[in-house]
Amino acid sequence: MSQYRIEVRVKPRPGLLDPQGKAIHHSLNSLGWEGVHDVRVGKAIYIDLDAADEAAALEAAGVMCRKLLANPVTEDFEVTMVGALEGAGS
Amino acid sequence: MKVAVVTFPGSNCDYDLYKAVQQVGAEVEFVWHRERGLQRFEAVMLPGGFSYGDYLRAGAIARMSPVMEDVVAFAAAGGPVLGICNGFQILCEAGLLPGALMRNDVLRFRSHDVLLRVERDDTLFTGDYEKGQILRIPIAHGEGNFEADEETLRALEGDGRVVFRYVDANGEATEASNPNGSWHNIAGITNEAGNVLGMMPHPERAMEALLGSTDGVGLFTSLVASLSTTAGGSA
Amino acid sequence: MSQADATVTASPVPPRDGDPAITPEVVADHGLSPEEYERVRTVMGRDPTFTELGVFSAMWSEHCGYKNSKRLLRLLPTKAPWVIQGPGENAGVIDVGDGYALAFKIESHNHPSAVEPYQGAATGVGGILRDIFTMGARPVAVLDSLRFGDLDSGRVRYLFSGVVSGVGDYGNCVGIPNIGGEVVFDRGYEGNPIVNAMCLGLMKHEDLITAVASGDGAPLMAVGARTGRDGIHGATFASEELSEDADESSRPQVQVGDPFTEKLLLEASLELIASGAISGIQDMGAAGITSSASEMAGRGGSGVEIEMSAVPVREAGMTPYEILLSESQERMLVVAEPGQEDEVRRILEKWELEAAVIGRVTDDGKFRVLENGRVVADIPALPLTEGCPTYEREGVESEEIRALREADLGEHLIPEGDLTRSFLLLLGSPNVASKQWIYHQYDTTVRSSTAVRPGGDAGVIRIRGTNRAVAATTDCNGRLVYLEPKTGAMAAVAEAARNLVCVGAVPTAITNNLNFGNPLKAHIYHQLREAVLGMRDACEAFETPVTGGNVSLFNETDGRAIYPTPVIGMVGIIEDVSRITSNSFREAGDDILLLGANTGELGGSEYLYVTAGLVAGQPPSIDLEGERALQQAVLQMNHERLLASAHDCSQGGLASTLAECALGNGEALLGVRAEIDEELRPVVSLFGESHGRVVISCDPNNTAEVLRIARLHEVPARRIGSVTPASEGFSLTVRGGVVSAPVDRLARAFFDAIPSIMDASPTTGP
Repeated sequence: MSQYRIEVRVKPRPGLLDPQGKAIHHSLNSLGWEGVHDVRVGKAIYIDLDAADEAAALEAAGVMCRKLLANPVTEDFEVTMVGALEGAGS
Repeated sequence: MKVAVVTFPGSNCDYDLYKAVQQVGAEVEFVWHRERGLQRFEAVMLPGGFSYGDYLRAGAIARMSPVMEDVVAFAAAGGPVLGICNGFQILCEAGLLPGALMRNDVLRFRSHDVLLRVERDDTLFTGDYEKGQILRIPIAHGEGNFEADEETLRALEGDGRVVFRYVDANGEATEASNPNGSWHNIAGITNEAGNVLGMMPHPERAMEALLGSTDGVGLFTSLVASLSTTAGGSA
Repeated sequence: MSQADATVTASPVPPRDGDPAITPEVVADHGLSPEEYERVRTVMGRDPTFTELGVFSAMWSEHCGYKNSKRLLRLLPTKAPWVIQGPGENAGVIDVGDGYALAFKIESHNHPSAVEPYQGAATGVGGILRDIFTMGARPVAVLDSLRFGDLDSGRVRYLFSGVVSGVGDYGNCVGIPNIGGEVVFDRGYEGNPIVNAMCLGLMKHEDLITAVASGDGAPLMAVGARTGRDGIHGATFASEELSEDADESSRPQVQVGDPFTEKLLLEASLELIASGAISGIQDMGAAGITSSASEMAGRGGSGVEIEMSAVPVREAGMTPYEILLSESQERMLVVAEPGQEDEVRRILEKWELEAAVIGRVTDDGKFRVLENGRVVADIPALPLTEGCPTYEREGVESEEIRALREADLGEHLIPEGDLTRSFLLLLGSPNVASKQWIYHQYDTTVRSSTAVRPGGDAGVIRIRGTNRAVAATTDCNGRLVYLEPKTGAMAAVAEAARNLVCVGAVPTAITNNLNFGNPLKAHIYHQLREAVLGMRDACEAFETPVTGGNVSLFNETDGRAIYPTPVIGMVGIIEDVSRITSNSFREAGDDILLLGANTGELGGSEYLYVTAGLVAGQPPSIDLEGERALQQAVLQMNHERLLASAHDCSQGGLASTLAECALGNGEALLGVRAEIDEELRPVVSLFGESHGRVVISCDPNNTAEVLRIARLHEVPARRIGSVTPASEGFSLTVRGGVVSAPVDRLARAFFDAIPSIMDASPTTGP
């Protein structure tokens, strides 16, 4: 068993209205960033977990996403490996 | 006395605040967030609601509104500024008050009456209350959990800038009487100069016995009284 | 009407590149029967294009066309001198005095909430708010009527908490107080939650505006949010060829609510109406542009022409079919006064919203759609909106349900063990227990006009600048409707009226939400018809006409239908706010009186559900004349300022009702010492749910006068006990039994029930 840190990014599905992104987009435009043409807001979740190897850690995170972290009706998710953690309790 | 009630897109207590100010006999005007110039007012109020939907962070987008530059200048010149609920959040985001309002510890919106203990009766906003008096005032917020760094918190308590605290019926600031996890049961604070007050509860909703409480009236009469005593010199 | 049908015919329209061919399968996917499709062809005088088929499918759906309910709904009384706007508009409107009018309506969002509870419920609230402010009224209150399965299921807890957050977040953000409603938990709703939202709006009479498109050449404008692929008819997903972007995962069906935009749209719409720059306005709700534009044309006896490329869209590559059927939220269709387009734009810009001219009103009676100048749909408007086939079906009572009703309850009339234990179980049942966990998540006091908050018998909103107030409640006990649809529906209307008179309001009108299973099944149609008949009788008896509402059919999972649930949203008027009465006891020493009598049935009671898991037996009978007399008696007592409190006696029976009066909102607990001697079994006396009963309390000096008024109205009445200090406990003695307990024990059962379930157990995600 090793410890791994995983980053989960949860974001609104393409095409789905993202009211928060829309409001921020509008605000950035009115602050002068005219070039901003879309904003979408998701969230990043960092998970430290024990797993046999990287593949097992990623797989576990995927299951977590499907069961809890993302709402499959409205959200997509991406799971990326940040890396193995050195030592205990880092 | 003439009071400005600033309306941001998404403000929804602006009308209530307007009526509360009117009820105590002061003149009041709405100011749209894009308007500039607050010189003609003697007090400025930022109402509750969900400016910009509370998207990103409560108050974060509203504080970029053009009128906020004038609110900052108005406060710097010593003018009284009151922020209620979302108004308090905007004042924190704008740096006029220290700290931040985090999500309620119960992770749910909370809307019901709370009891507040008046900690200071010598501010511009609380002269008509007695120190230690207990007020019944409604709250309605999802992010009212006041938080700041250690130093700020020490300063707030040390300088006596906590104006209202959540308490139980015996006046004790207990955990059970704290609706949102706020540090030291803080419900309302002032800035160092004492002319800017932010509070989560809604005194403008506690103006009539028919609606459950008249304990909010004192806040507005206090402000009118303190301005009319100081107005003699400046007006 | 037939004239118009005959004279307006469809012009030929060539098929659009990329649109699928119309096969019987495609027709079936659009929810049209072969006969209905033939009717489309007759109306058109030719085959419809794919786009046109989509338009018909939406307009002739149950949701827009009411094809299975329209004939029944015609049976309901809709008129009274105080009704300003009856059914057929965005909302009903009644006169409430002092120059004010009240717009109100209830609407369901059951299916979207089952798919995505948070967004489903949120957009349900959004839709009903728009129905109100498009009448020119400012929304002043929301109520929510919710039903779920039992809370021991993780999935149900997920739906419940999601729906409550969705209702709360949307209303809180827009700033409309929630003043009441109801929540029911019963396995009968396990797979199909019911989410009905009601809204009340106030306006001056002169501000009333309707959704009519008239005036040849008047510009049609889309205002508010942009159009995306949200909520497009499921049928579109069956077709691969639909749009350039064929990736199915990129075509979300879920509508996402944006309450912030809604708030801006609300302010902008009211400003638009006040400006005089527009002549008509309608929400783009279900079936989006299609229904709003064609209904406005239908009502105006006019036509409309819309250019798809002018509609502001959120995504590239949307087809006319998608744009026409999109259910993106927070959008409005307005008919501008000619030459006032810039004024409309100016107002929308102030509120940081968009407005675009997307077409015009015509005088040819057509619903015509262009794509870059080329006609893609050309449909006679009137048959589209009015020509939906309507059905009257055979209704037959289910033998299974009849058997349940006629089941012998004998063994359940003798309680197993201690009556007090059953009583505490009942008080702690989520159906009887305090709903604070829910409404503490709702802003109930914004707008500073809420005189009675949730937890009362009815919510009350005062009208600023007057001495008046309006009251509203939603009610329906689906178990009773299930066991006996006609009396069950009467009971729903009667309970709503009792709730209103308890706060001191005169029942005035109703909006209804008919939530039923699949009406193509004979026993479901039977429920629907009987319920409508019962509602008709009660509304006539109480002079509370129906001014509109909503029908939600096909609420079934795996062939199992929900309980038939005709939710009644009733409004009433209070002429003097100083007479508003609470349902909680006021002070120790007051007398407690029971108005009305126990008719002895236990069928369909919460007691049976909680103690035996049973929904069976003969439900309580109902006497509409007696109900009317009770209403009048309570109102007269209220008028003479005799009452300290008044509380409708319903779920959980007399024992639970007395406990609710004593516990109030938990801040000032009181005790009860009461006794009632009826020729009934103890469980029936204590927990039976007979209709026509109200528990009141009053100063002992007023008791004789209260009894006199009851006699005058021929309403049974008796003093049954006294309010005591909480320290003296709670006791209710009946013939052959007693329930008694310390008040704080009742309080724990009552207030902790829902929090202890929801805060302790995890919910199961989607």
